Amino acid sequence: MICKQREARVHLTQIDQGKIKKVDLCEQCAKEKGVDDPTGYALADLLLGLGAPQETTRSSSTATSCRSCGLTATDFKKSGRLGCPDCYATFKDILSGLLESMHRGTRHTGKRPGAGHPPVVASDQLALLQQQLAEAIAVENYEEAARIRDRIKALKSADGRVLSA
Amino acid sequence: MKLHEFLPPVSQAVGRVGPNDWVVLSTRVRLARNLRSTLFPDRAKKNDRIRVCSIIRKEVEALPQMASGFAESMDALSAVEKQTLVERHLISREHAMRGAGSALVLSKDTSLSVMINEEDHLRMQSLKPGMQLQEAWVAIDEVDTALSKTLDFAFSDEFGYLTACPTNVGTGIRVSAMLHLPGLVLAEQINRVIQAANELGLAVRGLYGEGTEALGNLFQVSNQRTLGQTEEEIIERVGKVVNNIIENEKNARGLLLQNNPKMVYNHIGRAYGILANSHSISSKETMNLLSLFRLGFDLGFFPGVQRSFIDELFMVTQPAHLQARFAGKLSAEERDIRRADMLREAFRNVERPSMPSDPTSSLDKT
Repeated sequence: MICKQREARVHLTQIDQGKIKKVDLCEQCAKEKGVDDPTGYALADLLLGLGAPQETTRSSSTATSCRSCGLTATDFKKSGRLGCPDCYATFKDILSGLLESMHRGTRHTGKRPGAGHPPVVASDQLALLQQQLAEAIAVENYEEAARIRDRIKALKSADGRVLSA
Repeated sequence: MKLHEFLPPVSQAVGRVGPNDWVVLSTRVRLARNLRSTLFPDRAKKNDRIRVCSIIRKEVEALPQMASGFAESMDALSAVEKQTLVERHLISREHAMRGAGSALVLSKDTSLSVMINEEDHLRMQSLKPGMQLQEAWVAIDEVDTALSKTLDFAFSDEFGYLTACPTNVGTGIRVSAMLHLPGLVLAEQINRVIQAANELGLAVRGLYGEGTEALGNLFQVSNQRTLGQTEEEIIERVGKVVNNIIENEKNARGLLLQNNPKMVYNHIGRAYGILANSHSISSKETMNLLSLFRLGFDLGFFPGVQRSFIDELFMVTQPAHLQARFAGKLSAEERDIRRADMLREAFRNVERPSMPSDPTSSLDKT
């Protein structure tokens, strides 16, 4: 808490260089600090006084964006949410440090989807993507169309359900 | 079918019993899953969400576990209906805010609930009364296995099940128990317990999960880490901690009665007095007083009362349940009055607490 007087009602989570920072604010402090739109700024940095200027020295990894959904590293750092399953491969570098601090390991050891049961719905998903592709082409959104084409390719790929993450 | 026709009456919902339900109100196991090569709900456009939702909904509704269940799009539910589902712990507060392109499927007994297009494409939970983590896991594991035969889940060898938020990746599992801990709160030991749980990688939250207050001395304990451990290891860990907390609560109550019985009697007696006699009472105060009433019941001070009576009051005095009962929009003030009316009526047949140091004998002497 910042003022340590009133009950914290606004809780911010910010991901920075693979570390999670949390800030708890009461409503009054939140207003004073202008915290209305939690997605707008690197808020935790701002509030913890850790210097927004760092934002300007972008490493090459912040410039990458996901070929499937278009999410950028900056989007991810702001929201803490990924855009699609393929983001795990795209942002692997950023994620690995993050996952290490969040979890007990960085490798999955639990349940796996049952083998030997080809998912019948894959064809539905394919149909869905083809419909989206047609729509994107119709409105001449070729960037989007290219992404959808890549997803269709991924879905059809022979490596089954295993993503090359 | 309308939701209120489908949901079991509150008395039936709270009447279910389970091991150690004097502390553990319910246990829950939730799994997060997503479809491969498909944008996560918050990244997808509305039309795509609607299409993905209908693909998933079809498969979920077809499960034998969902026979005679309930399925509805979130935009077809009213605000009061959504809030009622939150109060029954059948959907998250986040899901209640969603509309077109998101849906809910419930099993007939409501022990299984599948949220479609919440933060992930699928959030499925199994909810059991009392301490039944293993049973809840088995039930939801079966649902997941069945769905994995018809839905192509996003999965990587390295990271496991892929989720919108990296905090859920891997097993995608959230194992939680809802605990009633008035003894630890009165003994001022609750912070020590919360700290210890945090150090073991568990989160302790309020009644409705993330970012909510611990009303009525109710605390939700759950795992935070989902990657690098198997589901069984996570369940075992949460189970161990919860069993320890149960022991701590038992000891705290014993010590309070031994060292400071008057304080305990005073809290319970006053709670009874207000619940039975108020004419306006907020939902927050009601929860806190019902918690003390429940403690009094556990300590044997209300021999004529059933626990389900108390748990029913916990539920029916919450805002949406109250709104639904009095069909129509009530202001907060009207709700407080109706709530007090309802409590006075319910407490008409509840006898005053009989505590070991009741002063009847000393009064006789004067």
